[in-house]
Amino acid sequence: MVDNIVLSIKHLSKTFPGVKALDNVDFTLREGEIHALMGENGAGKSTLIKTLTGVYPFDNGEIYLKGFEKNIVNKSPEDAQKNGISTVFQEVNLCPNLSVAENLFIGREPKKFGNIDWKTMNKKAVEVLKTLDIEMDVTIALENYSLALQQMVAIARAVDMSAKVLILDEPTSSLDDLEVEKLFSIMKKLKEKGVGIIFVTHFLDQVYAICDRITVLRNGELIGEYAISTLPKVKLVSKMMGKNLDDLADVKINQTNEYKSEVIIKTDQLGVSGSIKPFDITLHKGEVVGLAGLLGSGRSELARAIFGADKPNAGKIEVKGENFIAHTPLDSIKKGMAYLPENRKVEGIIKDLSIRENIILALQARKGFANVISRKEQEKLCNEMVELLKIKTPSIDIPISQLSGGNQQKVILARWLLTSPDFLILDEPTRGIDIGTKTEIQKLVIKLAQEGKSIMFISSEIDEMLRTCNRMAVLRDGEKVSELQENELSQEKIMQTIASGGIK
Amino acid sequence: MKSKLMSLTKKRLFMPLLCLFIVLIINVIKTPDFFSITIREGVLYGYIIDVINRASELVILAVGMTLCISSSAGTDISVGAVMAVAAAICCSILAGGQVSVTAYQNPYLFAVVMALLVGALCGAFNGFLVAKLNIQPMIATLILYTAGRGIAQLITKGQITYVRVDSYKLLGANIPNVPLPTSVFVAIFVIILAQIILKKTSLGMYIEAVGINSKAARLVGLKSTAIIFATYVICGLCAGIAGLIMSSRIYSADANNIGLLMELDAILAVALGGNSLSGGKFSLIGSVIGAYTIQALTTTLYAMGVSADQIPVYKALVVVIIVSAQSPILKDWIYSKKLKATKIKTIKNEVLA
Repeated sequence: MVDNIVLSIKHLSKTFPGVKALDNVDFTLREGEIHALMGENGAGKSTLIKTLTGVYPFDNGEIYLKGFEKNIVNKSPEDAQKNGISTVFQEVNLCPNLSVAENLFIGREPKKFGNIDWKTMNKKAVEVLKTLDIEMDVTIALENYSLALQQMVAIARAVDMSAKVLILDEPTSSLDDLEVEKLFSIMKKLKEKGVGIIFVTHFLDQVYAICDRITVLRNGELIGEYAISTLPKVKLVSKMMGKNLDDLADVKINQTNEYKSEVIIKTDQLGVSGSIKPFDITLHKGEVVGLAGLLGSGRSELARAIFGADKPNAGKIEVKGENFIAHTPLDSIKKGMAYLPENRKVEGIIKDLSIRENIILALQARKGFANVISRKEQEKLCNEMVELLKIKTPSIDIPISQLSGGNQQKVILARWLLTSPDFLILDEPTRGIDIGTKTEIQKLVIKLAQEGKSIMFISSEIDEMLRTCNRMAVLRDGEKVSELQENELSQEKIMQTIASGGIK
Repeated sequence: MKSKLMSLTKKRLFMPLLCLFIVLIINVIKTPDFFSITIREGVLYGYIIDVINRASELVILAVGMTLCISSSAGTDISVGAVMAVAAAICCSILAGGQVSVTAYQNPYLFAVVMALLVGALCGAFNGFLVAKLNIQPMIATLILYTAGRGIAQLITKGQITYVRVDSYKLLGANIPNVPLPTSVFVAIFVIILAQIILKKTSLGMYIEAVGINSKAARLVGLKSTAIIFATYVICGLCAGIAGLIMSSRIYSADANNIGLLMELDAILAVALGGNSLSGGKFSLIGSVIGAYTIQALTTTLYAMGVSADQIPVYKALVVVIIVSAQSPILKDWIYSKKLKATKIKTIKNEVLA
């Protein structure tokens, strides 16, 4: 083992039922290196980290850690921690109701006569934090501090316990710019001390701001390890997406619909602090506007702010020229909006209810609970929808959970189409759906636009957006950075815009 | 035939009905005249009538409890105390502040309406804590669970207020020339009314949707706060009705004993009815069957000569059996055993062949 290599993973493979999550992946981390682990959703980043830290067992492969003669197998995260690998997740997993000092030393409190030696513990806590230039009152409960500071306490704890390898899994997702700066300065300090840091993030800028090396994964396979200077942003994006910029074929289907000039939605510096910076966007009647950007770039957040799923705290929104404030999603629904959420399981389906009930729910909510839609009417409406969307089901009265993912998604679509919205937000409508259904949904989107609906389309697949969208807004790091008109839409251009932050 | 039986066992109400059936069978074995009904002076008498009569309060409580559990995945443990409060309100209005009266001091209807209103108000208080302030249901309702009986004592000024008027006893007994006790009709009325409200408006679907996935329910435009609040109000109202019946049975407001420990039976009734205590999809009829099962069990034990203070032990034993019979883990275990058995059989056959 070369001297400065602190962690080396060789030929790691992990299979989940039906999926090869990691296929023969190598990974090397050196002392005092900040190493970015990049890849799109489902590329295998989390699986790699979870197998490394013993959350999952792996099928094949070896893990070598500095200070150990033979390869090691971590059976649990505690085990990994003992061996010198600590992880800090996006959600801080400390105890918010305990004091900072308690959190730092929980499970290894300094003792005196069998009791916890509070004085020493608090003193040591201050010292530990001081080494990272953090100043805080260690005796008050952790929950009194911002998420950023809580995260730093988590890092301090991890580093104090075992200082060889620190894994930061999406640590910056919920931090603002200043907090990110602070985190980076801590990371640099640790780097000087020789700690190897694995940094998982979706934010490209941050990678280039702090990292030394990048390892890219895609579909569970290792794409390569690169020094930061040899891999410009555009190349990184294309490596992550698996598209070579040189041989990009333009797949755009010619669209005939000329959108009309009537404005349906217009936002004026609408924003939700901590999730999406203030943005302006306008949607016309009969137009499909795509939101492009990497995962975590603020695509869903933008859509949710318009729908009122997350309450905006800045800016204004106009619906068909009228000022509009959504207090609850119901207000937006009544105003003719519909929102198909990104996470079908968590926010879309109501699993124990029947297909009929799932479809009828939004329309019924819009009408009010006393104004009930008769069973006969419900069945008629649902059967029409089942036919229109070609939902494959033996009956509309079985629980939605018994349908395949694609058919569930169609049911949710049916739910919203039934409310006859003017403005439809589709957030990843084709994720986890077979190719046939994908095409059907894409066709439906174009058809709906031709019927005069205004649609916001969010997808991680650029091909799909090119086929359906008239215009595209590009987002990066929680900010709308650019807008591409119809004649500018091409895969190359989109990827460049995502990487560079737009043509200003 | 076998497949028909299989599909029958998969029906939602199969297990609750089976439990009720078994309890009734045991009843018949132990007390052969369990189902015999005699008529004296135009009134029906018999064990079974007694079960149906005594179960009325529990049935009504179970209706409200089912809705709370469905919408909020939490239980309202204050219903017993709310029963006492409602009874105290009704009796003290009727008694006009005296300890014992032989004639109404205020109109009967006024007292009943006030009692029900206060019941609903207690429910609204619970609902506010749970739905609006997001307090865990058990903690939120613990407040009235502890304070409720004290409030009832305050209302009755620490006395047991008696209303010794014949018409006051009608709710808990028989109206002349009607063969069945009045409370049975009240219980049936509550069940039917609840069914109508749940089915004829979309409230039932809303409650289930909020209970299953409140995030998704919010995005389709449901106001989960209002819906959860409503279920607690209904639960409080049901407790009020049950309190009136029980008070009528003893023609008094006994703040210390009315509805004592009934909240536990009500929760149990919901569970016996095959409903998940983690909320979501529910069957009102299941809970009602559960309530009758519990009462049948209690009556059996009395009939078998078990003394009142030992009854909880036997009840607990039976409940453990019934509840574990419905547990999915046990079902899976039995299923896997069966699977293993058939596997071994086939392997044996193969070896023999």
